[in-house]
Amino acid sequence: MSLHDYPRPDRRTAIKWMLTAAASLALLDRKSLGAAMPPVKGYGFDVNLNRDYQPGDFWALTFNDAQRRTAAALCGTIIPADDQSPSAASLRVHDFIDEWISAPYPDQQKDRPRILDGLAWIEGESQRRFAGKFADLEEAQREKICADICHAPDARAELTQAAHFFERFRDLTAGGFYTTPAGMKDLKYIGNMPLAEFKGPPLEVLKKIGLA
Amino acid sequence: MPLISAIDAQAMYDVIVVGSGAAGGQTAYTLTMEGAKVLMLEAGRDYDPVKETPMFQDNSVAPLRGIATPEKPFGFHDATVGGGWTVPDEPYTQASEDPQRQFDWWRARMMGGRTNHWGRHTLRNGPYDFKPRSRDGLGFDWPLSYEDVAPYYDKAEMLIGVYGENEGLENTPDSSPGVLQPPPAPRANELLARKYGQSVGVTVIPIHRAVLTQRQDHERLPAKLHPNNPKAQRILAKSMSERAACFWATPCGRGCSIRANYQSTTVHLPPALATGNLDIVANAMVREVTLNAKGLADGVIYIDKTTGEERRVKARAVVLAAGSCESVRVLLNSKSAQFPQGLANTSGLVGKYIMDSVGAGLGGQIPLLENLPPHNEDGAGGAHVYAPWTRYKEQLAGKLGFPRGYHIELGGGRTMPGMGTGGGLQRFTRGSFGKQFKEDARRYYGSFMHFAGRGEMIPNEDSFCVLDPEVKDKWGIPVLRFSWKWSEHETRQAEHMVKTFADLISAMGGKVVGSDPRLSGVSGSKVIEKGGRIIHEAGGAIMGPDPAKSVTDHWCRTWDVKNLYLTDGATFASSPDKNPTITIIALAWRASEHLLAEMNKGSF
Repeated sequence: MSLHDYPRPDRRTAIKWMLTAAASLALLDRKSLGAAMPPVKGYGFDVNLNRDYQPGDFWALTFNDAQRRTAAALCGTIIPADDQSPSAASLRVHDFIDEWISAPYPDQQKDRPRILDGLAWIEGESQRRFAGKFADLEEAQREKICADICHAPDARAELTQAAHFFERFRDLTAGGFYTTPAGMKDLKYIGNMPLAEFKGPPLEVLKKIGLA
Repeated sequence: MPLISAIDAQAMYDVIVVGSGAAGGQTAYTLTMEGAKVLMLEAGRDYDPVKETPMFQDNSVAPLRGIATPEKPFGFHDATVGGGWTVPDEPYTQASEDPQRQFDWWRARMMGGRTNHWGRHTLRNGPYDFKPRSRDGLGFDWPLSYEDVAPYYDKAEMLIGVYGENEGLENTPDSSPGVLQPPPAPRANELLARKYGQSVGVTVIPIHRAVLTQRQDHERLPAKLHPNNPKAQRILAKSMSERAACFWATPCGRGCSIRANYQSTTVHLPPALATGNLDIVANAMVREVTLNAKGLADGVIYIDKTTGEERRVKARAVVLAAGSCESVRVLLNSKSAQFPQGLANTSGLVGKYIMDSVGAGLGGQIPLLENLPPHNEDGAGGAHVYAPWTRYKEQLAGKLGFPRGYHIELGGGRTMPGMGTGGGLQRFTRGSFGKQFKEDARRYYGSFMHFAGRGEMIPNEDSFCVLDPEVKDKWGIPVLRFSWKWSEHETRQAEHMVKTFADLISAMGGKVVGSDPRLSGVSGSKVIEKGGRIIHEAGGAIMGPDPAKSVTDHWCRTWDVKNLYLTDGATFASSPDKNPTITIIALAWRASEHLLAEMNKGSF
């Protein structure tokens, strides 16, 4: 069977890791928003798989109103509406990101301080450069802030950390967006429906890849 | 499933079967179809794939968009209940703190065990695989040959339903005519791998998978499988007629509510229950096998997890089919004056020679697959093709630097978007965002492929399990402590895997994702997956021709106790690159026929 490329520590290790991470963050930077203790209960080992779930169904969410506004605006700048699909903000991908950073699992806990600190940096930068909240800026102003941090190898040295935040936030926004029905439609994924037969790739596909 | 509760078990059965997965399912099926009264004990809860399988849920309705977590290691919608590499309240321990010396033990706690979620890859061992020591002097030969098992492979494939093609390749056996179902058409990425694989020595052919591409022939097959047994034929015909063919949607790892793929819960257990000869108790955690005064197994002691009470049940014979290491654990915990080191362990080999498949993987981005016209690539919910090992001659001549082979599982393309979709694009897009990012995501969607090697591990003295002297599980049962070591046979093979994948990605005109193993001086010990991660757990009670050097004979019967059988992977004397499930099923069928014959002879 194919394996996913994610580390999978056992639960005991995970909890130990979480406690250590939270403690060391607190020591390193007492102002870090990420140092807040996460909830410790996940969805468990036996949960009804036939239900539809929403962020907040299993663990408490984190964002306050200000953080939610910043995250929504950033989602909208990374994936804006165009003629093929709506924006990530209008699909509430920021709520998914809130669910993600609030989850008790090791991978998500690792993202928590980076995302919360990153959102704070975005707000600080927005105030410093444009004297306003990120969500209230003109789209062009938001894009200016993002342009400085959108590619870590090109970012100025003092912006490296912000660029790593942006990279992660963009990946989360993309994953959150393209898994929605509207996002899947945007990519022209047309599966997940019963078919009478499976014929393989159509001729135009075979031609394009040099096999017909 | 129509189960019974612990208090309703009969006073006496013909056979107790511990476990309900591939091994337990086949064992109970064969025994009950032939009239034996069987009690099956499953450590997990009842599970009904027809009712519980999430068939069309997309990732947006799952927590965290369905991504893998420690509580659902194959993703939220995966058909694993109560387990994974961690089972609540049922720990295991490691002898070493070094991750390379540890074994990660996968267990499910549900009816049907891991057959509910497995990859459905159904590859037979070939003639070389049963006689590896004769071929290269390493490991152990099995005390049986391919010819001994071939009829059972045919029967098992006809029963569960397998698609594939006969290619006549060396040590990659053909099935008998009329056994296989037609393979599905390859996808675009699979066709590309087939075309470009040739230049790097990778031969891509249809894979064999336990998925119905057409309805089973319920008029012909039952008579072939159960000649002279009209009742069994009738029951099987009904069960087969109730299974639908694949409708080309939803991943098999979620299980299948239309019973189009093989799971013990949809293929083995329904007909076995229909005989009226099978009782199943769920949440029954077996602790030990009990012996009578003559030294024969006479039953088991288990913990009813619903009440915490200890219970005894009795039978004329006992079959352990709990998953290799769990069966080993039951033996080691069955201590008596006659067997102070654990039951059936006079050889001292119970727990020795545990194995997994060698695993290593590499991803690539293939420009030819960018911007393809939209088309549906879901297919049979898993692979349509793979590359078997073909380099037997150069390997035997010592030209490769490692003694045993591996096959390649590959995939990618326009699968249902998940958390990884649109992620990690920075290195291709120089960090685009906004409308440009949406264009980039459309371009790159479907252009990534992944290659995974699954190779043979040679059993070694450093990979074993024992009872932990202190730690017990919630039920007071001593737990296993694992020791593990990959040898150079495996690490060199893993290195060969990733370099071959990189060559194949290049041949396809693609780019390796991550660091290129050809440039970075990669070492096999870095790229090899941890022991247990491929979940092809085997060994621990190996079969052999000599009671002093093996735990069971070639019928999977323990040398020490003649009415005690092991029908899971524990008896495997080697761990060929072929995924173990079909061999487990074939050997369980063969062992069960032997058990029936012995019982009818009055041997126990």
